[in-house]
Amino acid sequence: MLSKRIIPCLDVRDGRTTKGIRFKDNVDIGDPVAMARFYYEAGADEIVFYDITASHERRGIMIDVVRRVAETIFIPFSVGGGVRTLEDMREVLLAGAEKVSVNSAAVRNPGIIARGAEAFGSQCIVLGMDVKQVSRSADIPSGYEVVINGGRTYTGIDAIEWAQRAEKLGAGEICLNSIDADGTQEGYELNLTSRISTQAGIPVIASGGAGRPEHLRDVLTVGRADAALIASMVHYGSHTIAGIKSYLKQCGIAVRPCS
Amino acid sequence: MIAIIDYKAGNLTSVARAVNHLGFPCTVTNDIAAIRRAQRIIFPGVGAAGAAMSSLKQLGLDEVLTEQAAAGKPILGICIGSQVIMNHSAENDTPCLGLIAGRVAAFGSGHTDENGRSLKIPHMGWNRIRIRSDHPFLAGIGPEDEFYFVHGFYPVPDDPRAVLATSDYGLSFASVIGQGHLVATQFHLEKSGRPGLRMLDNFCTWNPSD
Repeated sequence: MLSKRIIPCLDVRDGRTTKGIRFKDNVDIGDPVAMARFYYEAGADEIVFYDITASHERRGIMIDVVRRVAETIFIPFSVGGGVRTLEDMREVLLAGAEKVSVNSAAVRNPGIIARGAEAFGSQCIVLGMDVKQVSRSADIPSGYEVVINGGRTYTGIDAIEWAQRAEKLGAGEICLNSIDADGTQEGYELNLTSRISTQAGIPVIASGGAGRPEHLRDVLTVGRADAALIASMVHYGSHTIAGIKSYLKQCGIAVRPCS
Repeated sequence: MIAIIDYKAGNLTSVARAVNHLGFPCTVTNDIAAIRRAQRIIFPGVGAAGAAMSSLKQLGLDEVLTEQAAAGKPILGICIGSQVIMNHSAENDTPCLGLIAGRVAAFGSGHTDENGRSLKIPHMGWNRIRIRSDHPFLAGIGPEDEFYFVHGFYPVPDDPRAVLATSDYGLSFASVIGQGHLVATQFHLEKSGRPGLRMLDNFCTWNPSD
C-alpha cells in the first residue's frame, strides 16, 4: 500500500529561498540546496521548488540550483514556476528534477501538457492549478474557478473540468492549490480536493492552508488527497516533518518513516 | 568502473549522481567496448518497453547485455530495466531480452484496494518491500523501509526463486528480482533515500562469485 506523501514547498527567487525560514543547526536559511538537504534528512518524501524569479533571463540561476539539489538529495523533486515551453521543461528535467509543473502556461496553451507528456512521459508532468470558490453558474458548474497570476486573473474555466482535461492530455499528477486557503494556516480546502481526487485516475497533491498536523490528517482522509504540500508550518519551525508523520501514523494514515 | 547503460531512456544522470555520491566511479555510456571493460553494469531507465527495446537494438546493446549476463558480470536493472530483462512485456506486446524467464504484466484497470476503492495507475509513490529470499543485495534492508515506485507494469518471473522481494498494490507483485549475477528493482533505488542508497551500495560491492 502506498504511503501518503508529505512534501515541503520552497519558493525560490534569484537562487535564494524567499520566506523568512527560521532554522537552527548551521542551515543557511536562504540557500535552497541546504534547505533541500535539511528536509531530505528530516524525512520529506519529495520536495517542490517554486521559482518566482521575475525575469525570464535569470532562469539559468534556477537551473544551477536544480543541478546542485540533484547532487545532494536522493528523493524525487519537482520544479515549477515560469515553465512555458518544452525547452524549459527539458532544461529542468536534464538538470536532475524528476518532475516539472506547469500552471498558467497550461491554461494559456493546454497543448504543452500533451507535448511534455509525449516527450518526457506523463510521470514527469504535474499540472499545477490555482482555484477560487465562486458562485455556481453554467460556465462554472462546480463553483470553483481556475485562476492565474496568483489569483488575480479569472480564466472562466471550471476547476473539475480542467482537472479532467489535463489528465486526458497526459498530466501525471495534479497539484491543487486553493487560493482561498493559501496562507491562512487554517486548513486545506477539502470539498473540491475530495471531488477531484475521487474522480481522477492520477494522484492529487493538496496545497494551501496547512497550519497544523490535523489539517494534513483531514486532507489525506476526508479530502482523499494522495499527498500534502506544506510550507510555513515547517519553515517557521513550529512543526517538524517527524512530528507531523508521527501524528498521522497515530491516526492510522500510512506514512513513510523518517530515517 | 561501473557502466551505466545509456539507451536514451530517461533519467540516467540521477543514477550516476547516486553512484558518485557513494564514492564509486561510473560512466554513462552506450559504447560496447566500455561496457565490456566495466566491472559492473547498471541498466536503468523510464519509459515504455517498446521504445526501450527498440533503442537497445538500434545501439546493439541487446546483444552486449545478453553476452555480459552470460559471462557472469554483475548487472543491476532499475525500473524499465527490471522489465526488459524478462522474455516478453505486455506493454506494446514487446519481445524482450529473456535474461530471466518470465513475462511483464500490467496493473489492470478496475484494480482496487482492500476497501474496494479503485487504485490509481501508475503505482506512484513510496511503498514497502517484503523480502522473500536472503540476498547480499538486500543486506541491511528492513520491513519498515520504503522505496519510490513509478510504474504501470511489473515483472512475473516463471521461477518463484527469482523473486527476491514483493510489494503490495492491490495485489502482490515482484519488486526485486534476481538470478545468478543479475538483480533488478522495479522501484527507483536512486530516488529512495537512505535504504535505496544502501541497496545501491550493496550492488556496487557485491561479489557474486564469493
